[in-house]
Amino acid sequence: MTCSLFHPGLLLIFSGLLIPFIHGFKRTLFILIIPCLSLLSLWSMPFGSDCSIQYLDYELILINLDSLSRLFITVFAITVFTVGLFCCKQASSTELSAAYIYAGGAMSVVLAGDLISLFIFWELMALASTLVIWSAQNEKSYKAGMRYISIHLLGGVILMCGIAGYVYETNSIAFTHMQLNSISTWLILCGFLLNAGAPPLTAWLADAYPEASYSGTVFLSAFTTKTAVYVLLRGFPGTELLIYIGLFMIFYGIIYALLENDIRRILAYSIINQVGFMVCGIGIGTEMALNGTAAHAFTHIIYKALLLMSAGSVLYMTGKRKCTELGGLVQSMPLTAICGIVGALAISSFPLTSGFISKSMITQASIDEHVLWIWLLLQIASAGVFLHAGIKFPWFVFFQKDSGLRPTDPPINMKISMVFFAVICILIGIFPNILYNILPYNVNYQPYTVAHTITQLQLLLFSGLAFFIMLPLMKRTLTISLDFDWFYRHLAPILAKIVVNYLLNAQQLVNKFLISLKSSLSFDDKLDYQLSIGKSVGLIIFFFSILLLCFVVL
Amino acid sequence: MKQNWFYRKSSIKKLYISALIILGVVLFVEYFIILHPHFSIEKIFGFHAVFGFLSCIVLIIFAKLLGFLVKRKDDYYDM
Repeated sequence: MTCSLFHPGLLLIFSGLLIPFIHGFKRTLFILIIPCLSLLSLWSMPFGSDCSIQYLDYELILINLDSLSRLFITVFAITVFTVGLFCCKQASSTELSAAYIYAGGAMSVVLAGDLISLFIFWELMALASTLVIWSAQNEKSYKAGMRYISIHLLGGVILMCGIAGYVYETNSIAFTHMQLNSISTWLILCGFLLNAGAPPLTAWLADAYPEASYSGTVFLSAFTTKTAVYVLLRGFPGTELLIYIGLFMIFYGIIYALLENDIRRILAYSIINQVGFMVCGIGIGTEMALNGTAAHAFTHIIYKALLLMSAGSVLYMTGKRKCTELGGLVQSMPLTAICGIVGALAISSFPLTSGFISKSMITQASIDEHVLWIWLLLQIASAGVFLHAGIKFPWFVFFQKDSGLRPTDPPINMKISMVFFAVICILIGIFPNILYNILPYNVNYQPYTVAHTITQLQLLLFSGLAFFIMLPLMKRTLTISLDFDWFYRHLAPILAKIVVNYLLNAQQLVNKFLISLKSSLSFDDKLDYQLSIGKSVGLIIFFFSILLLCFVVL
Repeated sequence: MKQNWFYRKSSIKKLYISALIILGVVLFVEYFIILHPHFSIEKIFGFHAVFGFLSCIVLIIFAKLLGFLVKRKDDYYDM
């Protein structure tokens, strides 16, 4: 192994393993210093490849740095630092440790120069993120984590099949731009898309994330979907199919968020919605669109973490997470409310916030390509984002009818981290060049023209008007919405029960037949012995032959 | 206890009035500036305002209708 540089991802993974052994103030110091160190090492690295390891016949490249990967790792490190500060006093060591390994895995995926190391860290992320969910330590989170890991392991298998096929076909493990011309690249694309929350398996995200602890959800929101966006950016830019998938995700997220009652689930659906914008941008594939996607991923991680920190503070202080139970919290949690509103304005891409300067680049790309229908759909979507996340979230939590709850603002460390991210959201919104200068391509775009600012304000403010006019229709109910997970949470167990019943009946018939055989022949003693063994062995053979039959039929 | 500013009758009225003024300003300022429409459909006066408003109404109604189909009691999976 030759490695002249300090790998920022591995640094986080190893320090994650150390966290359980450090306690008290030292732990706080440790979890704050580590992300800073990894950021430092990242920005002192030259562009190019480094850290190669010989594995079987392949040379794995752990560090492949360019402006795109640097952008993603920068925002990952900032997020780990801030969310670490957010929960440094309250979170369990298990959760922090899992979260750091998870974040380190995400950074390592982004830095990976080849498909094998990418896959290894990809799976490490899946495992560590499941541990983050389980750290909430209740039955609901346990079950949700089980469903989450099942889906991700399925995605991992699909990705592995794709990678194996791809390596066999091309004789190269390098991770570069791929063409959708063989089944293996299709499988790789499916594996990537599954982590992005693309259809049909969209439900895992909104199912699992809100079951994590108040701080675990914030960690989860930042990494899995955004590494998926990163690998799509790198592997499949300009794939037209992604435009349609992205548009589906955008509208799916809006509609389901509008129906939802759980505040963190509303925000989880809006992750899918925002990632939809990015996937759509990758599909458009021009330099403007790819820049927009990268910028949007950057700003999105920050304002989404801000929103979830504000929702997390509410959960932490009140123990409640449903719109129907909350309301009127602006009276006693003003700072949390302000930070939540800044995040809500940023996600709606209000002028002077970070979302405005990043999302407009994707919309601009659709204008440059002169595709009216995509542009119109993106405009509808922008209006819809303001509806479901921009107003709905703050309105039902901090305003609406008074719930009578009077919690105070959360502890100081949580306040500082929220304010820090709120300031970044506005700072990037006012000085877009901070972000534009570190994007992968040169930016030739001016977001703040008078026309653009005014039209955006018109679009958003009149969407707000629509919200308040339709408020009677938006009344929150104590409900959930069925999603694709219904198939594996409800239908599959029922089907499995029916199938098992059939099999047990069939086995009883076989037994009866054997017993009648036994009485007709008179080998009493020997057969009795064989039957007693035969019951369990026979059942296994029986299931196995059915499996084989299925295999042959398929 | 004195009611919070946001929940006083007088301030709700103020909020309504200022919201209407802002909406009006944002809409009618279009007379005084040059918009650079990218598509011909944008040349209609107040296109973005009307489009945003209508699309939200449609989204809400669509969500409501879909709700009849997919909404279940929130202990649906716990049973």
